[in-house]
Amino acid sequence: MSMTDQIRLPKSAPRPQIAMLLIGLAAVLVLTRAALPEGLIRPPDWLILPFADWVNTVFTFLRDDLGLMALTRAFAGMVEWLLDVTANILYGKSRWPRLGPLPWSVVAITMAALGAWLGGWRLAVLAGGTFTWIAVMGQWQWAMETLSVIAVAAPFSIVTGLLLGIAAWRFRLVARVLDPVLNIAQSLPHFAYMIPVVVFIGVGPKAGAIVTIIFSVPPMIRMTALGLAKVPDEVVEAGRMGGATPFQLLRKVRLPTARTEILVGVNQVIMQCLAMVVLASFIGMPGLGQKLLQLLQALKIGLSVEIGITIVLIAVVLDRLTRAWAMRQPQHHAGGLRWWQRHPVLLAWALAVVLAFALAQIFPILAQVPRREALSIAAPIDLVMDQVIRLVDPLTTWLRWFLITWVLIPLRDAIQFLPFSAILLAVAAAGWAIGGWRSALVVGGFIALIAVSGWWDRAMITVYMVGFSVCLAALIGFPLGIWAARGEARAQRMLLICDTLQTFPSFIYLIPVVMLFGVNDVAVVMAVVTFAAVPLIRYTTLGLRGVAPELIEAAQMSGATRRQLLWQVQLPMALPVMMVGVNQSVMFSLFMVIIAAFIGTQDLGQELQRALSASDVGKGMVLGLAVAFLGLAVDHLIRSWSRNRAA
Amino acid sequence: MTLPNTAPPATATPPVISCRNVWKVFGPRPGAAIERLKADPLARIDGHVSAVHDVSLDIMAGEMLVVMGLSGSGKSTLVRCLSRLNEISAGEILVEGRNLAQLSEAELIDLRRRKMGMVFQSFGLLPNRNALENVAFPLEMRGEPRAARIARAREMLALVGLQGRENYFPRELSGGQQQRIGIARSLAVEPDIWFLDEPFSALDPLIRREMQDEFLRLKGMLKKTIIFITHDFDEALRLADRIAIMKDGRVEQIDTPDRIVLAPATEYVARFTADIDRARVLHAFGLGVAPDAVTAGAVTEGAALPGGQTLRSLARSLVNDRRDWIPLADDTGRVTAMLERARALDILLGDAA
Repeated sequence: MSMTDQIRLPKSAPRPQIAMLLIGLAAVLVLTRAALPEGLIRPPDWLILPFADWVNTVFTFLRDDLGLMALTRAFAGMVEWLLDVTANILYGKSRWPRLGPLPWSVVAITMAALGAWLGGWRLAVLAGGTFTWIAVMGQWQWAMETLSVIAVAAPFSIVTGLLLGIAAWRFRLVARVLDPVLNIAQSLPHFAYMIPVVVFIGVGPKAGAIVTIIFSVPPMIRMTALGLAKVPDEVVEAGRMGGATPFQLLRKVRLPTARTEILVGVNQVIMQCLAMVVLASFIGMPGLGQKLLQLLQALKIGLSVEIGITIVLIAVVLDRLTRAWAMRQPQHHAGGLRWWQRHPVLLAWALAVVLAFALAQIFPILAQVPRREALSIAAPIDLVMDQVIRLVDPLTTWLRWFLITWVLIPLRDAIQFLPFSAILLAVAAAGWAIGGWRSALVVGGFIALIAVSGWWDRAMITVYMVGFSVCLAALIGFPLGIWAARGEARAQRMLLICDTLQTFPSFIYLIPVVMLFGVNDVAVVMAVVTFAAVPLIRYTTLGLRGVAPELIEAAQMSGATRRQLLWQVQLPMALPVMMVGVNQSVMFSLFMVIIAAFIGTQDLGQELQRALSASDVGKGMVLGLAVAFLGLAVDHLIRSWSRNRAA
Repeated sequence: MTLPNTAPPATATPPVISCRNVWKVFGPRPGAAIERLKADPLARIDGHVSAVHDVSLDIMAGEMLVVMGLSGSGKSTLVRCLSRLNEISAGEILVEGRNLAQLSEAELIDLRRRKMGMVFQSFGLLPNRNALENVAFPLEMRGEPRAARIARAREMLALVGLQGRENYFPRELSGGQQQRIGIARSLAVEPDIWFLDEPFSALDPLIRREMQDEFLRLKGMLKKTIIFITHDFDEALRLADRIAIMKDGRVEQIDTPDRIVLAPATEYVARFTADIDRARVLHAFGLGVAPDAVTAGAVTEGAALPGGQTLRSLARSLVNDRRDWIPLADDTGRVTAMLERARALDILLGDAA
């Protein structure tokens, strides 16, 4: 390293003094609020830019003048045709090829065989059992409506993501353009995607499928580019020395070696598809999501729990199957085996399917379970839940009263009392303290954009809901994570639970809270807290288990007590990982607050829903971006903090 | 065997690989950096690393050159320049008389498909293919029909002692076995030039020894031009016809093992040879002088010793023989040199300065 390098200071070093100064200024603004001009308290009208109109103008231009509409309609037509094919095969919609519906027993056997092939008998039982449950509970039609969309959307996303991922890996320019786009796309709430799709395509299954495709592409791009970048140099060099052309190198060397990452991308695509398909019920997508939405709104707890269990089971099965596929390692066969000896599962599957088809002809119950013969556990669930709710009602009523009167309302009043100029300064100060003037500018810029969008008050309601929920989630998540990290077996169990909870579509979290708290702010906060606590627990456990054993042994040999060990060694070492959890937690809460809007809040989410029902693209995009900017500001702060710490 | 004192053996045929003032500088502006480095060889230029520093060497047909250096000395970069996995920054490399840098993409691919094979330190095997398909990979790239390449790959796996493991995937095999696949793959196309980049460094010491023996067996069988990279001086001495010692991208000395031990060219090379048991390295011919140079009166008759063996393996004869000068015979039994017994004993007993 040369002298000049050592003398030159990092361009954007954190400066505590300036941050303190900004904080001081913000405090002055708060204290002198009474004397402040109105323009410093609320963003004044002249400052508000008509972003929504601009977006609408652009969209109208794209739609009417550029004729993009014809293109999207053509694409939608193709998607619809494919949807009809899967719909016919899975639940017998009378469309070409008029083959379906497949008997449910055949589908269940096929899923069980997939499970056996990918992960052994446990997965086979789980997969086969799930589809048997769906049929027996009389939910076959709805579940197949949902799955027929995934069956079309996921391959589209996977192929698109793979191609874009390869392009991003190969051409630096593409990566540079895609990266910020993906950052924003991954922090836009689900609803923001739906509005333009509704404008261009309308409502219904095809709109649901298309929004699902768009929503689920980003992780595939990321994982493909990551996987390709991670292929060891020597493997590529070996390929080149073997005389591979660049195309052969990609197809036969790089892509196969990046298999695991690419398949993890496939797993993420499918999970995102499921989450979105369930939510797409808001734009007229039939299936499990729509049923759940109707039942929740009608407060039919028992039936919505049934649907909830189905969605959860499907999520777990899809996740386990694709994950097992991703982690599957090639294994050699003993020499000299016959073809059928090497593929016993395939053989068993073929025999079982033929048998099931034949039996379904004789016993129609194996083909379709009619509604009146379906089982239902709704009545007992309702009975039990009634008892439980009666039992905990005093507690929940008190909690509701306490939270609303003593926490939520004072907090909301407080945050609305603060002049927006003071909040801006405080945010900039946080940026400056963590990442220097650059971060101050980035973070301040995000928040200033929200101020000039005209949705300041709504955004602040979102902020307080998210802020309060994450704090509450931290109170639960950190201690639980620390407790779980005490033993290896316990940590593994906890991580398994968290991973499973994370596969559930966010919608599911609303069922228990609506059950216990009814439809109000507190229910939203509780749903968000539950949802946001999961990544906190997960990363706290991961972080603490990840501390190097030599370090702990060294501390123990220095005579540290368990408490000292935790506070002086383990927590500081695990902090960066825990902050990743905090980051995810904030993102999750933002998403959840928006989704929960339909059970009644006054924040950005509610406005987004209005924009959705009015198909107002401009308003929808502005609101969506406002949510995204909140998330990105937090993300930027936490990332800069980790980077500075690592440096 | 001839006297190993002459630097490149047998200059009658042109070299297989010939490097002329080859530079490889990593960084944004390698051209400018080279100009400055030429003016001042010790200059350090921000953002630039010179991995290969003005290297010239010739590699003869059938010769085994070991490039030895510590990590970061540029040896791996050099071998990647020779196979054009890295483009060089300046200078020229001729492979069988053709300028490597001027080959088109198609010509380069063809050269690699027919003339070159390479073995890598961490094996570079494709995890999704079994042993057989890994070995068949270069043949597949070349477009050979499936039956032919599978047959050939089977043959190569048998050659490296992996018969019965054809169906195994790399992760199911030990490091030594994986490297055997790597070796089989590199030999599948019958290359004339064989690059080995620290092939045994990732292996345990016992396995490494076993693989070195295996390698010597293959080398004796196949008669290829070999460029072997290692950071292990013992390995270099054990395997090499000639050794090139690299430091900071420069070749400090390129010579036979005997000459490197007896006459280190630089302080740095001398430090490497300091702890070596020379008797294990030096061949009797390495100390030999021409018979007519021996002072008159010395006894030149009597039984000759084989000059191609190390002093250690001749130890018993050297101790028991009473003559001051001992004749040395080559493989055909002809006496071609004389060995001064006192000097040999000094080295054998470790007294030589």
